[in-house]
Amino acid sequence: MAGVAALALTLANPASAEDKALTVVSWGGAYQASQQEAYIKPFAKETGTKITEEEYNGEIAKIRAMVEAKAVTWDVVDVDTQTALAACAEGILEPIDYAKIGVDRSKMIGGDQFDCAVPTILYSTIFAYDADKLKDGPKTVADLFDTKKFPGKRALQKNPFINLEWALMADGVATKDLYKVLSTPEGVDRAFKKLDTIKKDVVWWEAGAQTPQLLADGQIVMGSTWNGRIYNAIKNDHKNFVIVWDGQAPDYDLWAIPKGSPRTDLAYQFIAFATKPENQANQTNYISYGPANTEATPHIAPDVLKDLPSAPDNMKNAIIVDPQFWADKGEELRERFNAWLAQ
Amino acid sequence: MVATTAPDIVRTADGVPLKQKLQRVERSRQLKAVGLVMPLLLFIILSFALPILTMLKNAIDDPEDISQVLPATMQALQSWNGQDIPDEAAFAALAADLKQAQKDKTAALVGKRLNYEISGIRSKVIASARKAEKLEAGPYKDAIIAMDPVWGERDTWATIKRADSPWTSFYLLAALDMQRDADNSLESVPAERSIYKTVFVRTFWIAFQVTLATLILGFPVAYLLAKLPTRYSNLLMIFVLLPFWTSLLVRTTAWFVLLQDNGLINEMIQLLHLSSEPVRLIFSRLGTIIAMTHIQLPFTLLPIYSVMKTISPSHVRAARSLGAGPFYAFWRVYFPQTVPGIAAGCLLTFILCLGYYITPALVGGATDQMVSNLVATAINQENNWGKASALGGILLAATLILYSVYNRLVGVDKMKFG
Repeated sequence: MAGVAALALTLANPASAEDKALTVVSWGGAYQASQQEAYIKPFAKETGTKITEEEYNGEIAKIRAMVEAKAVTWDVVDVDTQTALAACAEGILEPIDYAKIGVDRSKMIGGDQFDCAVPTILYSTIFAYDADKLKDGPKTVADLFDTKKFPGKRALQKNPFINLEWALMADGVATKDLYKVLSTPEGVDRAFKKLDTIKKDVVWWEAGAQTPQLLADGQIVMGSTWNGRIYNAIKNDHKNFVIVWDGQAPDYDLWAIPKGSPRTDLAYQFIAFATKPENQANQTNYISYGPANTEATPHIAPDVLKDLPSAPDNMKNAIIVDPQFWADKGEELRERFNAWLAQ
Repeated sequence: MVATTAPDIVRTADGVPLKQKLQRVERSRQLKAVGLVMPLLLFIILSFALPILTMLKNAIDDPEDISQVLPATMQALQSWNGQDIPDEAAFAALAADLKQAQKDKTAALVGKRLNYEISGIRSKVIASARKAEKLEAGPYKDAIIAMDPVWGERDTWATIKRADSPWTSFYLLAALDMQRDADNSLESVPAERSIYKTVFVRTFWIAFQVTLATLILGFPVAYLLAKLPTRYSNLLMIFVLLPFWTSLLVRTTAWFVLLQDNGLINEMIQLLHLSSEPVRLIFSRLGTIIAMTHIQLPFTLLPIYSVMKTISPSHVRAARSLGAGPFYAFWRVYFPQTVPGIAAGCLLTFILCLGYYITPALVGGATDQMVSNLVATAINQENNWGKASALGGILLAATLILYSVYNRLVGVDKMKFG
């Protein structure tokens, strides 16, 4: 009898572990590593959930294919703002019930703008250079476009996003007027005209990890990427990289649940865990992205705080990204950008 | 004599007519053959034919079928002359449809679909649907135009009317840099947005160059391999096969390292004083072609080699003994026999090259992106599956046309893979 009971137990155990399984998808690299330390490992330990991690590059198509095939295997996905808006409007994400997250929506940066996703971090698109190779480095966005003062290749994201904004900034448009100018055909022409001036000096990247690598290899003199990637190279690889905060473009990442996930409750639990102020603050120990939960700020160490995009000194001339503008005009601008690249 | 008279049919021992028995045996043999083929056939249908058919369907199917969302509007627009702004009835229908869409959360679909053709309209449609909820009784025309001036434009209505069928030529046209204007006639997209034609031509051009390069490099090696005694040729064969067995991604990354400004190749060039500064190898067409040639070389070489192995050396010997010079004997006797291998190898490489994605993305520059890269952008970033399918469909059609021309010139029956 005891033997049977023991057998039943061993059989039952894996089954229950199976029940508490969750697949979390994020962007890989230093960013996902920070999520592992701050959220995934502690959550798995606390709740006994078996968490499978996957990486993606923001391919909204993968989520859509799963939802349409009614075979959702991703339970929690880290999405950017444009994906959060587009995917929500197309009904492939679960609408978020903030009561279940247990946080005041107004305390989340940008929380009021998103119905299907919970903001998690504030990251920023910046550009950086290697101070070992460039003693008197660039200080402003205008320097990024100044090939006389700083000859050599610069790496930019293969996407019009932020590049058009920077081009206008370098052309003398104030940060607060960027989207007003960019909404007009003349403004778009003006941005592309400015980009023309550095076109032959640009290396176009598609994955965020490329820029630190290209900088380290000496392939480029400066390059854009997300601030956490540079911070990681400085802190862990002991590179002498310097971030230029002028014209930084803070934007957020959010947690979303694909529609029809069979583990919605557990997904909510995970998001709630990852939204707690203490846990949010803990993530800054691993990567310099600002917590989206404003209540987390008091828990952050001061020497970490100064490297966050949200530090007041870094915010002086920041671009406030307009996700709605990109949701509307993104397709046209990407098309034009690709055509411009191909010429 | 007996068998020729009708009533006396030849029967087997158990009394069944022999003809019937034979048929039965034949049938069971056929069934067995079909049964053996069936798993593969099913596999091909499920994993190859069906996805391709779905893709072709997606290219002309309107996945955001907004005639489902705006049924009344579509109805009302049937009698619209297409010249002036539609009348009150169409606006009333739109108001009713938008109210329903807001309830069903389908307004975003309309916004997304119209945004493909009228950039920037997405948020206006979604906002209008939200405002339409509060619309009381008519007249609707002025009220809706007041919500957003976009509803007072002929182009908006023409685009809605064009979307009334579940089928659309929109994506195919877009993939050929064409569009329809408000009068429903074809026009080219503005030059600053025109890209696809250039990229199609570029894709075929790169594929051609790579095929030529693999042929020029591969043919002599295949010849050497076929001529050498086995113990040497086996060793050399390893050099061909070893890279062949390595993952495409690994080899592309290796080229990424080699071709860098301060990579091995550039350092060698500078060491030998061939150039004083780094040669631009990476992020350039040259780099793309070098890396792709390396990856494709075995695909061209192996079919040529296997055909060469079967050519009897006595043919060339006979030609030589009849007085042909070494080149003449090679060119007129040996070479024509290798053509089936060349045909197979080149076609294989050319078609594989058309689908390259990772290599041009990593090693190539912005002007080296091929059709696959655009397909990836359409799917992953724009979430526009119609356009991706249209691009894929055009690439497939172009490949098939090319294949049939090739078939006319060379003949597929002459092709040998070994």
